[in-house]
Amino acid sequence: MTVQSKSEFKPTDAIREAAAVVARRPTRALLTALGTVLGVGAFVATTGIGATARAQVSSRFDALKATEVRVQDAALNNENPFPSDTDQRLEALNGVRHAGLFYEVPSSSTTSPRSTIVRRSQAAETIPVIAATPGAIKATHPTLGMGMLFNDFHQSRSERVVVVGRVAAEQLGITRFDGQTFIFLGDTAYAVMGRLDDVDRDPELLLSVIIPESTAAKNFDTSTVEREVLIDADAGAAQLIGTQAPVALRPQDPARLRALVPPDPATLRNSIEGDVESLFLVLAIVAVIIGGVAIANATLVNVIERRSEIGLRRALGATKLHVAIQITIEAALTGAVAGVLGTTIGVLATSGASIARTWTATMDLRIVAVAPLIGVATGAVAGFGPSLRAARTPPAETLRQ
Amino acid sequence: MSLLVAEDSVATDQQIVARVEGLSRTFVGPPPVAALQPCDFEIRRGEFVAVTGMSGSGKTTLLSLLGLLDAPTSGRYFLDGIDTAVMTDRQRSSVRAFRIGFVFQAFHLLGYRSVLDNVELGLLYQGVGRSDRKKRALAVIEDVGLSSRINAPCAVLSGGEKQRVAIARSLVREPALILCDEPTGNLDKATTSQILGLLDGLHARGLTIVMITHDVAIARRASRRLSISDGTVTEVPRE
Repeated sequence: MTVQSKSEFKPTDAIREAAAVVARRPTRALLTALGTVLGVGAFVATTGIGATARAQVSSRFDALKATEVRVQDAALNNENPFPSDTDQRLEALNGVRHAGLFYEVPSSSTTSPRSTIVRRSQAAETIPVIAATPGAIKATHPTLGMGMLFNDFHQSRSERVVVVGRVAAEQLGITRFDGQTFIFLGDTAYAVMGRLDDVDRDPELLLSVIIPESTAAKNFDTSTVEREVLIDADAGAAQLIGTQAPVALRPQDPARLRALVPPDPATLRNSIEGDVESLFLVLAIVAVIIGGVAIANATLVNVIERRSEIGLRRALGATKLHVAIQITIEAALTGAVAGVLGTTIGVLATSGASIARTWTATMDLRIVAVAPLIGVATGAVAGFGPSLRAARTPPAETLRQ
Repeated sequence: MSLLVAEDSVATDQQIVARVEGLSRTFVGPPPVAALQPCDFEIRRGEFVAVTGMSGSGKTTLLSLLGLLDAPTSGRYFLDGIDTAVMTDRQRSSVRAFRIGFVFQAFHLLGYRSVLDNVELGLLYQGVGRSDRKKRALAVIEDVGLSSRINAPCAVLSGGEKQRVAIARSLVREPALILCDEPTGNLDKATTSQILGLLDGLHARGLTIVMITHDVAIARRASRRLSISDGTVTEVPRE
């Protein structure tokens, strides 16, 4: 004769029984789940804030850093590698808004600006003199306080005019910018055309006196200066302009020039945020592991406490596998609670961080959907060991207690 | 060793619920303890057998073997004609699920679950559907007189009520054999009387009951008595 009816534990019954056990002590379940809550929460918040930041990188970064190209002389040999029509050649390129050449005129007693014709007997604080083409000044996004900027007319005629930075104007005591005020470079008077109150790029211009590049080349020794071209490009065009500018400026020998382009903004952001995300993801994984250990420990204690119940279930016909399944489901349910709570906390943290920065929260819904499953998986894995121990519980021994 | 059978007749196979042949159990030590010496006996369908003996005599060991909660060191045990000695653990679980009911001295109820849940638990591993489980459990709860306490958590029940729930949990399985381990051990005199009355009623309905007890007065209510001393089982002649 054989055993015809087999012991059976339906999946729905297993889940119901496990849920009843977890719900029996909700506070304990929550405390047990705490580590996993933090782990899942950190995972969701990290990915959420990362995604939000990627979508919300400031326009200033994009507009200023990602649209700036500089071209330098790659082989300094006291020759000017840039053509006289630098501005025009570059501004003819698609994607270039403004471009121009600039350099600092070597400082000496002859060029040190002063507001009086008489030279000071003692050296005063030196004010830098910058030679710049009109396009270079425009490429700095200048804010003109008073007067006007010099232009192509002044550049082409090497006019003796200057624009002074706000700080330099204060140092020189200049208050009028109507062309009737002069400063002296050496013994030569230069008409003050205007005052720069602010620039987005190269803020040292505010400390300087700026003269047309052609004027500097005509009146001063510029053989040893380090020239640089500043290009203000359209958003997204910098990489291309960086390859085109040397060819446009020096088609016969573009290798002589070196273009400095900003790193691709998306790549840079992904790289920086990727590093941050990696760090937080590692922390999240560590938290999940700690949470798993906590669940495993609590489940083990639970199994030891419930030896008589497990013995009873065995007496009622549960197989070892049935017992192991129930204990594993109990741990998985605890993990599920942790997963749901952690996901909620992660979403709230992402929303809070976004609101604080007036960003629009951006989250990958797949992450939100998958995150609770991390808790379930953590619980199930953590409960596996204790479930085996529970399955090995000898029923006769436990029921005697 | 002679086979212990009821005095009045020789039973056919279909009348025998349980038959043990040379069944023994020795716990490995150190030192080894021979809790049950090799024994042979039969239990017929519808018998109410009381097993008496002092503490440590081997009563509970015998009950564990009869209930397939433990495996014998030697010998064979046929339950409803099935040789349980050659069974796998899974098969033994199946036999427990369908053919054996337990009533323990300590009740072994889930205190945080209701009376209904605890009685339904008796059917959980038979694969019975939820609605059918509930229907059968309600019927048995009514049989043991606890209809008014269906939703009460077992933790708040009196000792007598708890034992009624345990009996109901056993009955609902419709087992071939009900094994009771000191079912009145934790109860007062009045409640003991009620529980014994309940067991008498089950016996009268034809159920086969084996009851472990150290109380000879209680054992006298059974239709047959076995005595166990130092692991040796003997038949107690009718008085």
